[in-house]
Amino acid sequence: MNSENVSFPNFSTDPCSSFYQYLTSQRPDLLPMARWGNSLPHEGQTDPSLISTRHLPWPHGTTVLAFTYDKGVLIAGDRRATEGFQIAANRMEKVFQTDGFSAMAIAGAAGPCVEMAKLFRIELEHYEKLDGQPLTCEGKANRLGHMVKANFPMVLHGLVVIPLFVGYDHKREIGRLFKYDITGGRYEDTDFHAVGSGGKDARSTLKEYFRKSLPEDTAVKVALRALFNAADEDVGTGGPDLVRRIFPTVKLVDSGGVRDVDDTQLAEVCEALVNRKQET
Amino acid sequence: MALPYYVSPEQMMQDRAEYAKKGIAKGRSIIAMEYSDGVLFVADNPSASLFKISEIYDSIAFSGAGRYSEFENLRKAGIQHADVKGMMYSREDVTARSLANGYSQILGTLFSQEMKPYEVELLLAQVGETPERNELYRISFDGSIVDERKFTAIGGRSESILTLLRKEIPQTCPSLKEALTLCQHAFEHGADPRSNLEGLEVALLDRTRIGRRFRRVPILEATQILS
Repeated sequence: MNSENVSFPNFSTDPCSSFYQYLTSQRPDLLPMARWGNSLPHEGQTDPSLISTRHLPWPHGTTVLAFTYDKGVLIAGDRRATEGFQIAANRMEKVFQTDGFSAMAIAGAAGPCVEMAKLFRIELEHYEKLDGQPLTCEGKANRLGHMVKANFPMVLHGLVVIPLFVGYDHKREIGRLFKYDITGGRYEDTDFHAVGSGGKDARSTLKEYFRKSLPEDTAVKVALRALFNAADEDVGTGGPDLVRRIFPTVKLVDSGGVRDVDDTQLAEVCEALVNRKQET
Repeated sequence: MALPYYVSPEQMMQDRAEYAKKGIAKGRSIIAMEYSDGVLFVADNPSASLFKISEIYDSIAFSGAGRYSEFENLRKAGIQHADVKGMMYSREDVTARSLANGYSQILGTLFSQEMKPYEVELLLAQVGETPERNELYRISFDGSIVDERKFTAIGGRSESILTLLRKEIPQTCPSLKEALTLCQHAFEHGADPRSNLEGLEVALLDRTRIGRRFRRVPILEATQILS
């Protein structure tokens, strides 16, 4: 029998479970890169001068970090947004809950960052509603990778978006964290990671204080210390503002879902950090 | 030369309506009922994995009776419409009223222009911030749309269920337990005397929840609510 004669119906005309795919095929005008119209460089036409030091694809401002603790994974970020030498906002949220058991934090150009977080949240919800069950932790991380990859043409214009993704894996019963590069490459980290202009400073602190399976309250302390040190070294990162009572965002993701660490606890830890600095 | 048969438009519409009604009559029924904290959905559905009730948006739920492939397509179209609208404007701008209008348009066009009409009946509900602002819509195969209060039902046995519910619905908004008891009673006496709790699919639009108000109620929990 000739197998070539056997044709199977395919599912390609079925509505896709991905909201991003749906927008790409039906409403490309709503995609984040739509604002560039036809001015986007096409494949093979990329102007090398665009990738100069002036457009160095690296996030400006911001420190966001994530690490695992005994019950799951913690994700945190500072609250400052900058425009050149000006502070654009001091209450900006850079850590977003994306569904019941995952969260993401972003470093890079504020507009596209917030847009991507919003789109990613809809993407996960859309999938869950169409398919009747949520994506697995791995599936969510891969999906975000595709979106970062699709953002690459904007990177060439200097609009970088680098996310950190954390989620609770129900099958393995652990919290997992994923980092990305500008091309959409996805790398899982078992311990900790930090990105943004103060990312390096935060990472050095984490390297010093991170231990496997830290209890929750210690984990919060370590996160705030890392952000505090990053703010000390980096102008793009805001430290805790005790005058206006603005504290970094810290979220915990475990088997019970996503929780915000409340301001009272954050204030306590931040005040202790400041007092310690004054004593030395 | 053979002349094409002449069929009057009245006859054609009547035939199509009869065809669609026959299809829907085979479908199992679904009840939506307002209770003190939102809207309760109960479907006669023996399957534990293929759902008849589903979430469309933050405070909107959908259910369909009739041909599965057809209402499944409409469900997906509704979710896509809602998600796009919510992204373009704001999450509060997605309303059951506009979705119901959309469904009515689609079904109306299909009914009058296609060879075969859709054999479906849809039920759309939105939970409001207060009980007075709840919305219930029933949309028929021909695109006709009915705005209901307190309760409504779709599917093959909906008439007998509705007759029963009209007699027994309390004056005031029932509690969740009362509403669920009433729905189960309606299925038992109005649709299928053999129906029991295991064969029902239960879901809620719960006003007290934050963000996404839709929630499925597992049979175990439904049993506890009733006890």
